Amino acid sequence: MVLVGIWRLLVVYPWTQRFFDSFGNLSSASAILGNPKIKAHGKKVLTSLGEAVKNLDNLKATFSKLSELHCDKLHVDPENFRLLGNVLVVVLAIHFGKEFTPEVHAAWQKLVTGVASALAHKYH
Amino acid sequence: MCMAPKPWTFLSFPETKTYFAHFDLSSGSRQVQAHGKKLADALTLAVSHLDDLPAALSSLSDLHAHKLKVDPINFKYLSHCLLVTLARHHPGNMNPEVHASLDKFLSYVSNILTSKYR
Repeated sequence: MVLVGIWRLLVVYPWTQRFFDSFGNLSSASAILGNPKIKAHGKKVLTSLGEAVKNLDNLKATFSKLSELHCDKLHVDPENFRLLGNVLVVVLAIHFGKEFTPEVHAAWQKLVTGVASALAHKYH
Repeated sequence: MCMAPKPWTFLSFPETKTYFAHFDLSSGSRQVQAHGKKLADALTLAVSHLDDLPAALSSLSDLHAHKLKVDPINFKYLSHCLLVTLARHHPGNMNPEVHASLDKFLSYVSNILTSKYR
């Protein structure tokens, strides 16, 4: 589902593709979905989110190194973390349908906001 | 005065620096000043084409959509810093009506610059 999230992010907000110039063919929605580098990146993001869920009380410390990486080496605008978080919430809503109640939405929204904030925390 | 908002934006909204990793961002940087002048010139052009902004800004709009891909939120940050700089320099003139019309102008320019994103 995280892979679907990344895919959806790159299709719905095409300017986010700016970070993936070296990833090869991103010319269409199906190209992005089949791109092996995108799949690999999706796996990395999924693993990080797993860590987030296990460390809800300590997100800033958990993402400290990743935050430095995204600022100092990758130069990713943190707005992208918020965009991805919101796209993931939409994907979850599509997946869970009626079970995605306002309370469930709020809980996930809080998680993605927390992760985005933790990833942006070390920016300077 | 358009030179000032850039360093201010970098300080208040450090995430905006991610788009200038290839620049010297130290205080007094010539690259930042030169870029500030580009912004100033573009806004001057915009002010003289208020009745025809989409056409006047068309090539800048293309540039931002197809090459620069600056996330739209950053236009809000820069516009805000421009308003703050103007307010600081012209406190007597920045009444609510002037503030509103400047904000509306900057918002309209920002919308045009991101209009071809998708």
